[in-house]
Amino acid sequence: MSLPFLIIAFVTLFAAAAAMSLRNLVHCSLAFVVAFAGLAALYLNLGAQFVGFAQILVYVGAIAILIVFAILLTRSGDTPNEAVLAPGWFYGIAVSAVVFTLLGWAVLNSSALPKEVSAAPQTTVKNIGEALMNKYVLPLEIIGLLLTAAMIGAVIIALKEPSQTDHSGRKT
Amino acid sequence: MTPLQICLLVSALLFAIGFAGAVTRRHAILALVGIELMLNAANLNFIAFWRYGAHPEALTGVMFVIFSIAIAAAEAAVGLALVIAIYRHYKTSNLDEVKDLKG
Repeated sequence: MSLPFLIIAFVTLFAAAAAMSLRNLVHCSLAFVVAFAGLAALYLNLGAQFVGFAQILVYVGAIAILIVFAILLTRSGDTPNEAVLAPGWFYGIAVSAVVFTLLGWAVLNSSALPKEVSAAPQTTVKNIGEALMNKYVLPLEIIGLLLTAAMIGAVIIALKEPSQTDHSGRKT
Repeated sequence: MTPLQICLLVSALLFAIGFAGAVTRRHAILALVGIELMLNAANLNFIAFWRYGAHPEALTGVMFVIFSIAIAAAEAAVGLALVIAIYRHYKTSNLDEVKDLKG
């Protein structure tokens, strides 16, 4: 395994851990951007150029902006004074440690994984485009429909509620 | 360790970090970010198996990741819209205080 891969993987994991543990949400979203840019670099390192650039466009470009807007609209940009972890946080961390241990044990002891390293596949964007337009054209259309439905749904959900009493009886 | 195993270990660790964050943080946005991290760990697995597995010319792993990224974008848009709607309704985005349906 090449040294660049290990360095990028370390940066990605460190940024992911920071995104999940920092107190200020704005810092969390910055660490989140670094983690997803690192993942895109990992995809490029593994030879999947198209996926790497799609990752940068979608995650670093779109989802990070969405998250920053959500932080802005929910007015949670300040560092909170109360606890940021849920009351049962210890069990959550214990369960995730168990999950990692089991996955790691399975990966290290599995006999199903191929032992020899195959040559790097020669994939161009032309191959991907041909596959998308021939073999995978129906899933592509369905994804387009799903994205349209999700966009309309997100706009409708986030619309201002009509004036009514909220759950505590106040007028909104 | 083979390169494939290193990739799988990295993605397992990423999944565990995302899971811990999604379960333990109280803020709704960070729970969503944790779910995104878990999705990306799965994507990294697909790319690793495409690169080091048999028949990379079939492009199955790459196609799966492209569709998975599109679905993750849709999920993030709807999820963040829900967070904003919950904030408007309850005046909080702390998941522990949203408990009207608690039995």
